[in-house]
Amino acid sequence: MEKKAHVISILVHNKPDVLARIAGTLGGKGYNIDSLCVNTTTQNDISKIVMTTAGSQATITRIENQLQRLVDVISVDDLTNVESIYREMVLVRLNLTAQNSEPVKKAIDMNKWKVIVSGDKYVIVEITGDKTQIDFSLARLESLGITDITRTGLIALKLED
Amino acid sequence: MKLKGTQILLEVLKEENVDIIFGYPGGTVLDIYDQLYKSDLKHILVRHEQGAVHAADGYARATGKVGVCLVTSGPGATNTVTGIATANMDSIPLVVFTGQVPTGLIGNDAFQECDITGITRPCTKHNFLVRNIEELASTIKEAFHIARSGRPGPVLVDLPKDVMATQTDYDPANVKFRNYEVAHKPAPKKMAKVFDMLQAAKKPLIITGGGVILGKASEELTHLSRKYQIPVTGTLMSLGSFPGSDALWLGMLGMHGTYYANMAVSHCDFLLAVGVRFDDRVTGTIETFAANAKIVHIDIDPSSINKNVTVDLPIIGDTKATLKDLLRFLEEHHYAQDAASRKTWLDEIDEWRERVPLTYCQNGEVIKPQYVIETLHKLTCGDALITTEVGQNQMWTAQFFQFDRPNSFISSGGLGTMGFGLPAAIGVKCAFPDKHVVDIAGDGSIQMNIQELATAAQYNIAVKIVLLNNGYLGMVRQWQELFYEKRYSHTDMTYAPDFVKLAEAFGIIGLRATKPSEVEAVLKQGLSVNKPVLMDFRVSREECVYPMVRPGESISQMTLGSREMIN
Repeated sequence: MEKKAHVISILVHNKPDVLARIAGTLGGKGYNIDSLCVNTTTQNDISKIVMTTAGSQATITRIENQLQRLVDVISVDDLTNVESIYREMVLVRLNLTAQNSEPVKKAIDMNKWKVIVSGDKYVIVEITGDKTQIDFSLARLESLGITDITRTGLIALKLED
Repeated sequence: MKLKGTQILLEVLKEENVDIIFGYPGGTVLDIYDQLYKSDLKHILVRHEQGAVHAADGYARATGKVGVCLVTSGPGATNTVTGIATANMDSIPLVVFTGQVPTGLIGNDAFQECDITGITRPCTKHNFLVRNIEELASTIKEAFHIARSGRPGPVLVDLPKDVMATQTDYDPANVKFRNYEVAHKPAPKKMAKVFDMLQAAKKPLIITGGGVILGKASEELTHLSRKYQIPVTGTLMSLGSFPGSDALWLGMLGMHGTYYANMAVSHCDFLLAVGVRFDDRVTGTIETFAANAKIVHIDIDPSSINKNVTVDLPIIGDTKATLKDLLRFLEEHHYAQDAASRKTWLDEIDEWRERVPLTYCQNGEVIKPQYVIETLHKLTCGDALITTEVGQNQMWTAQFFQFDRPNSFISSGGLGTMGFGLPAAIGVKCAFPDKHVVDIAGDGSIQMNIQELATAAQYNIAVKIVLLNNGYLGMVRQWQELFYEKRYSHTDMTYAPDFVKLAEAFGIIGLRATKPSEVEAVLKQGLSVNKPVLMDFRVSREECVYPMVRPGESISQMTLGSREMIN
């Protein structure tokens, strides 16, 4: 069966260990988590976990069922089959040198990257977008001399309920 | 009312109608044990924490209630892991209380500290570390609720020593916890589909599973089978859910299932599987399993559906409520089986039954293990609660002791835990002191928790151990005989204690039979006394369990053993 990436949105009770339970359930059954993002919702006692994993539809159904069994899991939703928007965010630090400061400034302006901190020796930019956009931006930044990056897991939201 | 944590624990146990706990004290639970000392709650002191969990498990399987145990932190807690995993695989409701070092020391590698919630996360239904006194009562309540609701399972509650020593206001009316009970949703469209499939079927068959016992659905299942003359086979965990003495019962299916049960599965055209999870020991090769049948699968756990066997119609729901719905639907829509085609099907099954009945050959001067089990059945008229260890003893019991009632066959099915039978029997006997409770054991398994003989002796818990002593790890030896050209690598257990003397050393009665003619007398004597008894039956050393489906084969391909066995 065809293996493809699925984005699964999980609502959970914000309890200690809940992430360990979810990661353990998947790891213990031999499934890999490719990307993960966790935070509280508008309610402090409920968190949302957005997870990317790859598998056939049958595997994904099995994963959903296994997750549903966990006491702290409220709902499991595979966003791949409905219309959803996807975002990732990356923070990039670039060290500025005599050679690269001009091209860096140019690239920032051209691509409308958001500058968070700007100093004499470095600049930190924030980029958001879907996976393709981020990959594209990182490729461009690469040539300008990236010092460090932090990239979030994928977050996603359904267009309609 | 201000109460200490230890008092709240015992109060909540009382509210949950806990009448007995199995446990073992230690440093971090001293305060709880001090409270127990002042309480009238019955506590059985086991000799090893694994025994405590198996005893609570046996109690739970026999009564349908939640079994409870209490152990200390560190090694006390880790010793429970095998017991918890055993209960988890068979969906048995337990609440296991473990002591924990004081909250300020957690994470410090304190004496007898271990992360037991971390260790047991994959083998419990859920677990808790109680971080403060305010959440103690609600957590314990929630633990009981989780253990028994939906698909049941073990829940561990870790109790730090300082939390248990703290006081707080306690009012049972104010204890709130989350409710996980899912309301039963009738599915009339699915019932209509089952109706149509049944109408079209010429060779219908039911597989009953452990979920029928857990869901207390035996009555409905039996009614369905008898009313519409649908034959029934079952998994190891189902034994007793359908009367073993009924002509419609085909015995167990799978690796050591009967010839006729496996043939019926392979030839049926409609299969109603109730509360089963299609374990690999049941299905053999998946591709050939019930290859000609439309399969309907009723189970409370959605994750069991299409996990191993892809089915035509899944129905997620409580087994009892769903079978009730089905019975009602069939009745309201006047389902009636075609008598002629049903007779042809039942005749076909009877031909298989006659061709290869479940049998063995008791000849000569050597005791056959099957004969011991049959004689035990005869002498108790089947009115006994039977636990087993794991291996040949377990399979022969499943084959040759006819179970007519649910909750009467108590065995570690999923995990296959050697050493389960004796402590489980102790738990069962505590629940049913007036019943015969017998652990059918092997000489390998019994040595794994033999220390619990002291527990039986201390409280005069009159369990009976029927030891099928062949001086081998019999099932492993059988595989070595059949698949490893009789290279008996480390399965010879001839070097063993004298079990009669050992029994006596523990302060219980030891009996022995070495000839077939002695079997009945020894069993009679053993059953007649109200004391724990170990009966050492020296049985045929190289007897095998047949039929046997070789691993990786279709269940219609059975090895039947020697010619004399078939006759």
